[in-house]
Amino acid sequence: MPLALKALWNYRHFILTAILSEFRLKFSRSLLGGLWGVLNPLAQVAIFALILSNVLQARIGNVENQYSFALYLSVGLCCWNLFNDIVSRSLTLFIANGQLIKKAAFPKIVLLANLMGACILDNLLLLGAVFGLFFAVGFYPGVTLVALPAVLLLTALLAASLGLILGTLNTFVRDIGQVTPIVLQVLFWFTPIVYPASIIPPALRDLMWLNPVYPLVTAYQNLLLYGIWPNIGDLSTTALLTVCLLLTGGFLYSKAAEEMAEVL
Amino acid sequence: MTILRVSELSKSYIRYGGEFQRILSWFGMQTAPSSRTEVLRDISFELAAGEALGIVGINGAGKSTLLKIITGTLQPSTGSVSVSGRIAAILELAMGFNPDLTGEENVIHGAGLMGFSKAEILAKMPEIEAFAEVGDYFRKPFRIYSSGMQVRVAFAVATAWRPDLLVIDEALSVGDTYFQQKSFKRIEAMKSAGTALLFVSHDRSAILKLCDKALLLSEGSTKAQGVPEAVMNIYNAMLPDLTFVPERLEDSADTTRPFKSGNQQFQFTNVRLLDENRAPVNTVEVGELVTLELVIQANTSKDSLTVGYEIKDRLGYSIFGTNSFDHRIKISEFVEGETFTVQFSFSANLGPGSYSISCALHTGATHVDTCFEWRDLALTFDVLNINKKSFIGACWIEPEITVIR
Repeated sequence: MPLALKALWNYRHFILTAILSEFRLKFSRSLLGGLWGVLNPLAQVAIFALILSNVLQARIGNVENQYSFALYLSVGLCCWNLFNDIVSRSLTLFIANGQLIKKAAFPKIVLLANLMGACILDNLLLLGAVFGLFFAVGFYPGVTLVALPAVLLLTALLAASLGLILGTLNTFVRDIGQVTPIVLQVLFWFTPIVYPASIIPPALRDLMWLNPVYPLVTAYQNLLLYGIWPNIGDLSTTALLTVCLLLTGGFLYSKAAEEMAEVL
Repeated sequence: MTILRVSELSKSYIRYGGEFQRILSWFGMQTAPSSRTEVLRDISFELAAGEALGIVGINGAGKSTLLKIITGTLQPSTGSVSVSGRIAAILELAMGFNPDLTGEENVIHGAGLMGFSKAEILAKMPEIEAFAEVGDYFRKPFRIYSSGMQVRVAFAVATAWRPDLLVIDEALSVGDTYFQQKSFKRIEAMKSAGTALLFVSHDRSAILKLCDKALLLSEGSTKAQGVPEAVMNIYNAMLPDLTFVPERLEDSADTTRPFKSGNQQFQFTNVRLLDENRAPVNTVEVGELVTLELVIQANTSKDSLTVGYEIKDRLGYSIFGTNSFDHRIKISEFVEGETFTVQFSFSANLGPGSYSISCALHTGATHVDTCFEWRDLALTFDVLNINKKSFIGACWIEPEITVIR
């Protein structure tokens, strides 16, 4: 583990350049360029908001704003998209970089860092769009906003740890890559993102804690919408889970690394 | 100083009954019998600073696997590889380069992948740009480069910093002649500055030119190791017959003695170089008419035979070679046991120096299908310049000089 950190430090410039050039290239030959990075997530928010907010006449808790549902939804999506992006892209992390892994000697942890960085950067765009929405409808988050970077980072780390495990396994057993998106779909609807946690029957609410994304989404909603500081106890549990997953992933990867170049 | 030490290295690929067995085995669980394929067996060698080792072998002999283990992308099953210092590997040029980035950005990316910091890369950038010589293209997207230009940039990055061990996998056979020579020069300069070199190639002259020793791999094990010329001779002998084993391995390391291979269905019983008076000679004057006389015994009644020879200089580079097939001379209808003579008469239009002659008996155009006998260093001779005007070089091409003013 210290070795991995040292490698990350040594390759910090490479990681940064790689993330930035990937980001730049993604929009390099499009007319609207970087604008797409904002338009895509905005469209997602708009669709959910239009359908669910107006059609279902949904109203959420104690946020005093007629657009409260759209706000609630977009905040939840910010957290979910980050988690979802990192996990789904990690699945093919080693497969997509197969040639590089076979031919070039470098610490492979760098690939995961690149992926995480790229997803966080995308997510910052989405956050920017959501803040734009906030201001447009006249809603201003409170001072609790300063806790956002920490929760965001925790979300990214949790997803990357899970991604490391799944990505490693998927290199050998490709079924993982088929099953995971389905599991993610299910997880999405089991997380209070498009509906408030309050509508969940109390009997089931205890089960929600089995969902690792639940505390994170809740923390996002609390600190951005309700001005409530995140529950340290809940997030510590998530952090502990992240550490466990990261260690498991690291162990799995270290065992698999020797054989990975052979099967790619 | 030893830069690279490979000891008793073996590599087997393990095939598991299923992927779940593989994953269970990471957790230390014994799994059902699984099959192993051994691709490298008991390879040992050392490489000192400034030394170059050529690795040869037919496709599938395990060369690439060996290089991957040395560069660290694969792990050995048993045995060890120890490298002191930094390795640079050119296994595939333009590895990890992005077609949409410019040459300059790809240099930053590629060198970053090698582990250099941004400051180090930027400091080297002018030198890399100058070496690559791609002009304005350096700041244009990589996808519009010609493949030769891509190679230039990739090679310039890969060799921008002098490594302690440079590993090259046939990468030099690309690019135009000008750049090939330029990169050759850079490699040689690195070598004299103390870089150990590991070089995989099928190109005899490149191996002879660059390497101090050579290693021949066959089906994953070391078939021969030693002086490049001797190893290349064995490699040559192996082409028609993979099971070829030199009678004594020491023979192959001795470049002063004839070295022969082949199935002996036809064999040379005598090889001589004769002057105009049919007297055997071992010194020849520049331009002198000589005859290479090959006495051959047929041990079979096979109906077709190609007889050929090759003149090599003292470094083993080929100067000239031809055979009866290329001259459309049919040699056939043999009686078992009969002895016959084939003579090649030619003017020795060679530069002063030592030469050797290799001769061969085989079917068809080359010895690769069936080789009856191949004999390297069948004889050696010296060429002296006694009565010609002074000149340099490997061949004598007398000019007529006209001054027009």
